[in-house]
Amino acid sequence: MTKSLIYSLSFHAIMILLTVLSLPFMIREPVDLPPIVSMQLIQISDETNIPFAPKARKVINKVKEEEKRVVSEQAPPSAKAKEKPDRIPLPKKQDEKKKLVKKKQNPKEVKTEVRQTSEFEKKDIIDTNQIAALIDKAKEDSAKVKKNNNKLTQDSKKNAFAKGLTLSEEDALRAQIFGCWTVPLGLPYDDDLLVRIKLDLKQDGTISRSEILDHERMNRPGQKFYKVLAESALRAVRICQPLRVPQTGYDKWKTIQLNFNPMEMLKG
Amino acid sequence: MKKTFYIFVILFLKFNIAHSLIEVDITRGNLDPLPIAVSPLYVDVQSENYKDIKIKELGELISSVIEKNFKSTGLFNPLNKDAFVQKPDIAHLKPRFEDWRLITAQALVTGKISVKDNKLKVEFRLWDLAAAQEMVALAFTTTPSNWRRVAHIISDKVYERLTGETGYFDTRIIYVSETGLKTQRVKKLAIMDQDGENTKYLTLGNELVLTPRFNPTNQLVTYMSYFRNLPRVYLLDIETGIQEVVGNFPGMTFAPRFSPDGKKIIMSFAKEGNSDIYTMDLETRLVEKITEDSSIDTSPSFSPDGKYICFNSDRSGLQQIYTMKSDGTNVKRISFGNGIYGTPVWSPRGDLIAFTKMRAGKFYIGVMRSDGTGERLLTENYYQEAPSWSPNGRLLVFYRETKSGKDGSGFSAKLWSIDITGYNERELKTETDASDPSWSSLLSK
Repeated sequence: MTKSLIYSLSFHAIMILLTVLSLPFMIREPVDLPPIVSMQLIQISDETNIPFAPKARKVINKVKEEEKRVVSEQAPPSAKAKEKPDRIPLPKKQDEKKKLVKKKQNPKEVKTEVRQTSEFEKKDIIDTNQIAALIDKAKEDSAKVKKNNNKLTQDSKKNAFAKGLTLSEEDALRAQIFGCWTVPLGLPYDDDLLVRIKLDLKQDGTISRSEILDHERMNRPGQKFYKVLAESALRAVRICQPLRVPQTGYDKWKTIQLNFNPMEMLKG
Repeated sequence: MKKTFYIFVILFLKFNIAHSLIEVDITRGNLDPLPIAVSPLYVDVQSENYKDIKIKELGELISSVIEKNFKSTGLFNPLNKDAFVQKPDIAHLKPRFEDWRLITAQALVTGKISVKDNKLKVEFRLWDLAAAQEMVALAFTTTPSNWRRVAHIISDKVYERLTGETGYFDTRIIYVSETGLKTQRVKKLAIMDQDGENTKYLTLGNELVLTPRFNPTNQLVTYMSYFRNLPRVYLLDIETGIQEVVGNFPGMTFAPRFSPDGKKIIMSFAKEGNSDIYTMDLETRLVEKITEDSSIDTSPSFSPDGKYICFNSDRSGLQQIYTMKSDGTNVKRISFGNGIYGTPVWSPRGDLIAFTKMRAGKFYIGVMRSDGTGERLLTENYYQEAPSWSPNGRLLVFYRETKSGKDGSGFSAKLWSIDITGYNERELKTETDASDPSWSSLLSK
């Protein structure tokens, strides 16, 4: 009798402990991300290169230009020479090249020179751009994280890392939905509009079940904008399917939650 | 017993880890206009012709008006009808969603019309193609000659369902039609549908007319006219054509505007070089002086709740925008930027005040919050002014004068509209040159 009571008590204690520990707020993810993040960012820039609307594109291009300027100012001028010392053109050749370009009398010669320089420059340009893109992307992302005061957003980002999707997988999914989601532009800027959709996914990324978590809010009076936003989010998810999900680890991502928040975008 | 316990714990742990939810934040999306298919409305074969209206063509005509309305918003992209696979009659009953999704449509409008006993009956449905479900279904009955209004009402319903905002298509714009040389301008009051159709002239052009303003609750219009060289505020009933002078003021009255409940007119009255703001109750004809200052106070406009008034005044030296309570107390200056501010108009939403700003020889149409913060200049030009809000507070209509002719000596005045985001600036087609527009409230509420 005593034994079974002890068993029962210890079992209940463990159950309570496990339940408490498994609550989302108890999960503490590491704040510092490993250096892998910067490697993954190449993929992100490729994946997230979706066509933005003119307004968003303008803003992003402006930010990028500003960032590029900063990057170019910071970069030491001798870096290029150090990378490929054997390919630095000799002074004589440089002179010839300048003359040829100025005169433009011999198209063939100019062409060959141009081709040589273009190959030469191309590699440099690719290198610097990629580095710049990496820095840009990293800065953009970190700035966004800093700007975003939404606790839910930060927690959930960590959640995704720790519980199933890598950064690139998460970004691929996000980029896919960015392209499918037509944001209703009439939404008021100041409203607290966050739509959370829970999805049950099949292994091929198609949706077996979708649920708007605050669906009762849709039918409340005065929540027209929320309803419109929720419908647009649901539409996006449906249009996007099959979602870009990893080929492995189905158990980890078979249920996911998407948090749609257009405010950052609408505020410009 | 122990074994069972351990197995249970392991299973619980596994279950718990497997079901920890992945969350992904979607903070960006596509700002492109929503692709929408507007299928021609199916015309019932038993429909009778009505006077000079060809009922067979009505389905196409109504869908064209709806498409034009959607396109003008900048929020929707009506898809080309040539790409439509399904016939209107079948589409209206039950669309094949896959066919419509193939042409990248996200929403579909279908409908059916019939004319019987000289009554036009129009049904329409809005479909969410991704969810494969109906979003709205409504039917209207009216006289066949009202078919354009039916198209506008359908546009309003679809717009409201897809954006959450009330529409503005079933509305009219009153303006001053201008013809002739600049020195001998003939100005008439004119009214048209918001899409530029059905223009009608309300005055003959014998007297100069200025600043017409719609009553937000009915079809009354107030405006300023120079009768016997004395500028006075008039009231005109569009339905009956009856007009009358507002109040018995000994001097010049100008810049009239209705209160949000339509029961009062607020205006400026000038006497001996000083102008102040007055209201007049249209029922009791009681006149009340609102401001009392030695400066020029003019262009008053009520907030939508009627509790506040914005106006412009030169009491600080330069013409700036001020707000006050509707009884004239608590006057606050809200514009502090470089330049001169004028023609403030309170948005029907209540959050913004539109204005004209003049700075360094250029004119701007802009908006600011009612406390004066968040000033945004939406459009810049050589000469433009007099913004007026659409009834949903989403768009502004204003007029712009541009130089014309080979040598640039001539000029033309046209109506333009712009979204409060600063996008979708477009010209509203009018039969003549036009100025001083005022947008009506929704005709069908």
